[in-house]
Amino acid sequence: MALSRLSSRSTTLFQPLAAAFPTTLRRHISTDTTPITVETSLPFTSHLVEPPSRAVETSSSELLSFFRDMALMRRMEIAADSLYKAKLIRGFCHLYDGQEAVAIGMEAAITRRDAIITSYRDHCTFLGRGGGIFEAFSELMGRTTGCSKGKGGSMHFYKKDASFYGGHGIVGAQAPLGCGLAFAQKYSKEEAVTFTLYGDGAANQGQLFEALNIAALWDLPAVLVCENNHYGMGTAEWRSAKSPAYFKRGDYVPGLKVDGMDALAVKQACKFAKEHALKNGPIILEMDTYRYHGHSMSDPGSTYRTRDEISGVRQVRDPIDRVRKLIISHDIATEKELKDMEKEVRKEVDAAVAQAKESPIPEPSDLFTNIYVKGFGSESFGADRKELRATLP
Amino acid sequence: MSAIIHGAGAATALSTFNFKTLVAPCRTNIPGRSKRCIVAAGSDDDASKSFGSSILTVRHSQKLIANAVATKADMSATTGTGHELLLFEALQEGLEEEMDRDPHVCVMGEDVGHYGGSYKVTKGLADKFGDLRVLDTPICENAFTGMGIGAAMTGLRPVIEGMNMGFLLLAFNQISNNCGMLHYTSGGQFTIPVVIRGPGGVGRQLGAEHSQRLESYFQSIPGIQMVACSTPYNAKGLMKAAIRSENPVILFEHVLLYNLKEKIPDEEYICNLEEAEMVRPGEHITILTYSRMRYHVMQAAKTLVNKGYDPEVIDIRSLKPFDLYTIGNSVKKTHRVLIVEECMRTGGIGASLTAAINENFHDYLDAPVMCLSSQDVPTPYAGTLEEWTVVQPAQIVTAVEQLCQ
Repeated sequence: MALSRLSSRSTTLFQPLAAAFPTTLRRHISTDTTPITVETSLPFTSHLVEPPSRAVETSSSELLSFFRDMALMRRMEIAADSLYKAKLIRGFCHLYDGQEAVAIGMEAAITRRDAIITSYRDHCTFLGRGGGIFEAFSELMGRTTGCSKGKGGSMHFYKKDASFYGGHGIVGAQAPLGCGLAFAQKYSKEEAVTFTLYGDGAANQGQLFEALNIAALWDLPAVLVCENNHYGMGTAEWRSAKSPAYFKRGDYVPGLKVDGMDALAVKQACKFAKEHALKNGPIILEMDTYRYHGHSMSDPGSTYRTRDEISGVRQVRDPIDRVRKLIISHDIATEKELKDMEKEVRKEVDAAVAQAKESPIPEPSDLFTNIYVKGFGSESFGADRKELRATLP
Repeated sequence: MSAIIHGAGAATALSTFNFKTLVAPCRTNIPGRSKRCIVAAGSDDDASKSFGSSILTVRHSQKLIANAVATKADMSATTGTGHELLLFEALQEGLEEEMDRDPHVCVMGEDVGHYGGSYKVTKGLADKFGDLRVLDTPICENAFTGMGIGAAMTGLRPVIEGMNMGFLLLAFNQISNNCGMLHYTSGGQFTIPVVIRGPGGVGRQLGAEHSQRLESYFQSIPGIQMVACSTPYNAKGLMKAAIRSENPVILFEHVLLYNLKEKIPDEEYICNLEEAEMVRPGEHITILTYSRMRYHVMQAAKTLVNKGYDPEVIDIRSLKPFDLYTIGNSVKKTHRVLIVEECMRTGGIGASLTAAINENFHDYLDAPVMCLSSQDVPTPYAGTLEEWTVVQPAQIVTAVEQLCQ
């Protein structure tokens, strides 16, 4: 049951169990911030560092927000799936459902000044950083109202004001970029860290080790997060990596292995990693997670793994179900309320999709904007400056 | 801060179309550095015309720098209180001035710091600015180029040095996909104000892998600008302009030009990144060149003058985008074009320049555009063979005679 606002702030001894006031559908997100301590599902495995404790502090408002945000992400990805099949989204579409806990848990542990950079599986990370679903769907459908004005597409979501640096198509290329972001943070003496996310496929890229070497050498506040969903497109982890202990691959860089389907474990690990990176330099986090969809929409996802495996993970380890069980067992909300929340989220997503479908497509002149930055807003058409037009303010 | 720049190469065309100003964004308020008088001086070579008509003044709310007048600057470049230095020192001076001016500028590369730079371009900078601003990287071009680009996304202005331009092939993915494209794919959210610089070109028997000319590989990457410096004057000017530009700029230097000596002005100046330089005005034929070949062309020009020809030599400087305005005006005057470059024959800068000239100025040509480039071979070690790979002055003379028949 969601707590009514009146009683939430009165006393720290207020037990969530005692709430008996019915709430309207609009007051779903509890504002109670009394700490609840939950144990993570699994202990952390660590390399060269003392692991953090399994007991994570959270609160009912946080758990409800986890649930809602993850449900929103899940719904968005499923909507993107149907839009792709309806040919409104073209090209590549890499879906993140199943891995939502990583994005949500990370957000809960950091601020908007900390930077996140990730690969092409970036829709939910964008949402976690404060991006709107309308911008996301517009970008996926190539409209001007998209976050990159329709010119980036699924793999190029960016949000500069929230320190979200994308959205990169080439596997592993974001690793040096992420270390560059950490370098800039150190250079400008901000007390912030950069989370560079990459997958188990990218973990075999040379540039990752190059970047790791520099980050460790120069003590950069970089946290490298390997989202290990066990498949690099169609190649299973054991077929591509001699040593699949990705958290240990840093060798001289400490690492932590985390259950990536448990949002609270992710939150704890990211908090720990941020503190570590600010003091001692880089650290690797390996998030043991799973994606339900195939690598992208053109991959059915079942040629290299069995359907039983997918449904097995969905039954036992699904991140949303885990939070749902926590909420119900702590009596923060009833099952019906959570279902209502999911229905509301679904309506929201449908409305955003409908609105995005109505959005305008880019003008032909947009082809040439944002190639070069020039003073006075001049645009150059073609490399030979044939029709250079300088518009003075 | 605003800069007044006039195109050194625009001297022949006196119409005042095509204004461009490189607005130097002063992103930090460094106390005590509010107004610098920036003078754009003309080329100090044989240009005898005044550059007065192509002064571009800043029109809007930024303050006009009243003292910076091109005609006066022309004099100061040749007679006044300049100082003489070598090309690598000019690059260093430009870099140092920009690092003084803007604390966001940092240098990263192999051996740029404590060693002083493999060509001494960054000598002394590490002592002055410290290890955080002049960074010695390990040997991983892909990673440190990517790091420079990542840092640039947040607002820093790294100058990334490739010890030899050929090594940048290892960073090609970062340069092409991230450096060039991020401004576009993010819908304008991020700018990547990096400068990627380093020596390239054929040296003295350095071997095939260390004599590469990568201008041709980078020229089709959308979103980057490429410039090639050839004299101490334009080296310093282009370095400064490249650092101040919000776009990623690749600055091509040449291994054999680092010890050129010239007198450059004491005042601060920038060279426009998109403009070509008029080296020697003439009437009979337009010779387009850049980097080291400029000197071969000028050597050939001496012979040609003795033989009675009057070549117009233009150092195109801007390899991407081409300064078709200056080039076009020259073609309209002379009706004959010879391109002399060090790039490879196939797919080189000359090849695309030929295409661009044919496409745009076909009606003005009296003869087909001729392009002299290096042979399509890996550069051999043997001295004589290496000489034959590259264009020599005698070949330039023959080509001009052939074209001017």
